[in-house]
Amino acid sequence: MQNSTVSSSKKNKLKKITNSKGFSAFTAALLAIFLGLIFGFVVMVVASPANSLSGFEMVLIGGLNRLGDVLYFATPILMTGLAVGFAFKMGLFNIGASGQYTMGMFFALYAGFMWDLPGSIHWIVCVLAGMVGGMLWGFIPGIFKALLNVNEVITSIMFNYIGMYLVDILIQGNAVMYVSSKTRTAYLPATAQLPSLGIANSNVNFSFIIAIAVAVILYVVLHKTTFGYELKATGFNKSAATYAGMNGKRNIILAMVIAGAMAGLGGAFAMLAPSTIAGSSMTYEPINVIAANGFTGIAVALLGSNSPIGIIFSSLFISYIQRGGTLASLYGYKAEIIDVVIAVIIYFSAFAMLMNATVIKLLKKRRDKKYLKIIADVPDSNNSHQIDKKEGA
Amino acid sequence: MEEYIIEMLNITKEFPGIIANDDITLRLKKGEIHALLGENGAGKSTLMSVLFGLYQAEKGEIRINGKVAKINNPNDANDLGIGMVHQHFKLVEIFTVLENIILGVEPNKLGFLQKKGAREKVLMLSEKYGLKVSPDAFIEKISVGMQQRVEILKMLYRENDILIFDEPTAVLTPQEIGELMKIMREFAKEGKSILFITHKLNEIMAVADSCTVLRKGKCIGTVSIKDTTKEELSRMMVGRDVIFKVDKKNAEPGDVVLSVRNITVSSETHKNNAVKNVSFDVRAGEIVCLAGIDGNGQTEFIAALTGLEKLSNGSITLCDRNITKASIRTRSKSGMSHIPEDRHKYGLVLDYTLEENLVIQRYWQPEFQNLGFIKGQAVRSYAEKLIEQYDVRSGQGPITAVRSMSGGNQQKAIIAREIDKQHELLVAVQPTRGLDVGAIEYVHKQLIARRDAGKAVLLVSLELDEVMNVSDRILVMYEGEIVGELDPKTTTVQEIGLYMSGAKRNLVKEVENAK
Repeated sequence: MQNSTVSSSKKNKLKKITNSKGFSAFTAALLAIFLGLIFGFVVMVVASPANSLSGFEMVLIGGLNRLGDVLYFATPILMTGLAVGFAFKMGLFNIGASGQYTMGMFFALYAGFMWDLPGSIHWIVCVLAGMVGGMLWGFIPGIFKALLNVNEVITSIMFNYIGMYLVDILIQGNAVMYVSSKTRTAYLPATAQLPSLGIANSNVNFSFIIAIAVAVILYVVLHKTTFGYELKATGFNKSAATYAGMNGKRNIILAMVIAGAMAGLGGAFAMLAPSTIAGSSMTYEPINVIAANGFTGIAVALLGSNSPIGIIFSSLFISYIQRGGTLASLYGYKAEIIDVVIAVIIYFSAFAMLMNATVIKLLKKRRDKKYLKIIADVPDSNNSHQIDKKEGA
Repeated sequence: MEEYIIEMLNITKEFPGIIANDDITLRLKKGEIHALLGENGAGKSTLMSVLFGLYQAEKGEIRINGKVAKINNPNDANDLGIGMVHQHFKLVEIFTVLENIILGVEPNKLGFLQKKGAREKVLMLSEKYGLKVSPDAFIEKISVGMQQRVEILKMLYRENDILIFDEPTAVLTPQEIGELMKIMREFAKEGKSILFITHKLNEIMAVADSCTVLRKGKCIGTVSIKDTTKEELSRMMVGRDVIFKVDKKNAEPGDVVLSVRNITVSSETHKNNAVKNVSFDVRAGEIVCLAGIDGNGQTEFIAALTGLEKLSNGSITLCDRNITKASIRTRSKSGMSHIPEDRHKYGLVLDYTLEENLVIQRYWQPEFQNLGFIKGQAVRSYAEKLIEQYDVRSGQGPITAVRSMSGGNQQKAIIAREIDKQHELLVAVQPTRGLDVGAIEYVHKQLIARRDAGKAVLLVSLELDEVMNVSDRILVMYEGEIVGELDPKTTTVQEIGLYMSGAKRNLVKEVENAK
């Protein structure tokens, strides 16, 4: 028995990488992307056959010429992706990332315009303010869910609207922040803008590094701490978590607050980015539209299978393909085409997860079969040992 | 040459990863009661599903009255006169008894239901075999015993003459089991043939003519009951000797560890209270068993005791500490360990690894965490220790996904976890449910070892053998009340049965006085 277990554990080590959850999620994502791209190409052929090849080439490799932009646009959706993915680890569907993101933008803008602080700390305060804004908008659905068991999907959808209209009203009513002739916010003071990373012709800035660091921290929280242990246990099996005495209510609120903080940071990063044109900055237009980056976050989280590390890569990929899509407009393609392609990729990622699961299951069953054979041989001999012992004693 | 009504010859049925039936031959004579014996997972249900047309065998053939039959679905089986009472009844809860019986073979005229003839036929059958049912009662309102009679009437109404009973006694009281046996013998006398699936040896000895034993998908043999003994059968079933009588010393009860007073719990499903005014004590060094038929308030009582549900009235004292309103974590810290009834719903996080599950009651202790960071190495070595000590078998040791483990080993893991945790009271709810004989023996030994170590044990069980063998004191629960306190040394299974069915009660005077 000893020998057989040893040899099987050796085999398992070899197969460990290919059998791990992360690996299957990765191959599923790749398969999804592949199928999505093929379908995207078909869409482009239908839309405009003559330009389809060169257009598709742009989608595929266009992003390479704009790597700085890829990183820049990846940052906010990386954060909203984390906002969705982290909550989902606990079984909460945080569809309110848009609202939290919008609140983050507003809080960051407010700190940027209204508070006069020295340049070295101003942008840091603005970032933190944005985080607090998002936390607030995560906290409220969290409280409702924990104490009154109101479905977080409903509350957070409503808070998307409440947040968006509230922010639009507040901005339009503030003469310092709002330039009514241009229907947008004024340019932020330079002290409130994030330090640039200095890549030519790109807005990429320090926030990308913060975002990666935050994703790594979340990974550590999820996998190395008691809080992460409780969170995942609750996500997998709520009843068992209750049985083990975990404080479900506190954890729900905490998870939603952290998720909100992520989206809020995303909003702050989007607003506080430095502009390549001196004297200008990013602006917010209060035009009663819910922030799209919040919903893109759902796609990012799904493609990254809710893992913080996976989300880093999926946000980069989606940003990359979006840049390529923008460039495809050079060949007369509407930007919406690329939205279709991205939507298809997301659709296939759900589908591919399923396909992948079946493939993995088949492989596992084959392995289990071998293992069962080992087991079937073992207990008999083992039991007879026990009896021998009894008789001996 | 003897005539067989059913012959299942060399049946092999394979599922991905496992051979459920390996070259099994089963022959059923006309008018006999043939038992099919085996542990959980031995392949009994698979074999019957092949016969009933739910699965197709890869190899082998089925002959009915000597002719090869192709059974592709339950309708084919029905046409051949095969009927089955499933372990979990297949009844429509919101239909009446009569509607359930005629379901699928409704007599109609131009699409309009003709119930009158059907009712007469059902009443006639019910009269003839003493299967008491009320045709117009709704299934959800009648007892489990009557639901089973409805299932039997369904087969009779369809004029089946080969009857399969899948674990029919699991949900019945001893009295009801006796009645069922009588009815089965009646059927056999009339020339109907019965296949009786079970793992209870007493019932086989009492009612069957012959018995086929399966073990791990293989056919061990067919024996005639006249020429065999219980011990012989169990050896065939398990592959080794099994000790039926649990070895234990007399209990030496010490101080009161758990004391519950006037516990009342309201029910989620109906207006009445599920638990009514329950009071008793459990002392150190004794095993108190809460017996009763499923659904008489045991689940609700345990939920209130362990903190999963709120109680509407009463108090709970554990080691002189009032824990009536305490959180689950506080109860656990105060010395309560809980082996839950539903190990998949409560006991385990199936997607977690074995080591993660083994520390689920303790991960917050300084031994396993530092400033909120889990000490991976400490968890690993603790898990390895428990796995070794309690012989938990798994594919990859501490990092095995618990989902992939067998039921018996999952239960061992829970028991190891709950026993190893510091505790004064062990609450074990149906700890042997769904386990095979070997694992049951193991669980019973562990419970008695806890008692001998001076811990208080509260066992909730539906299995009367377990109640009689393991406990030192029996409390019988009926409709949410404790209706009797019995001593397993002086009582009989029949007497417990009377209390369980509400036919008899004695007021528990000791506890009343202690109030």
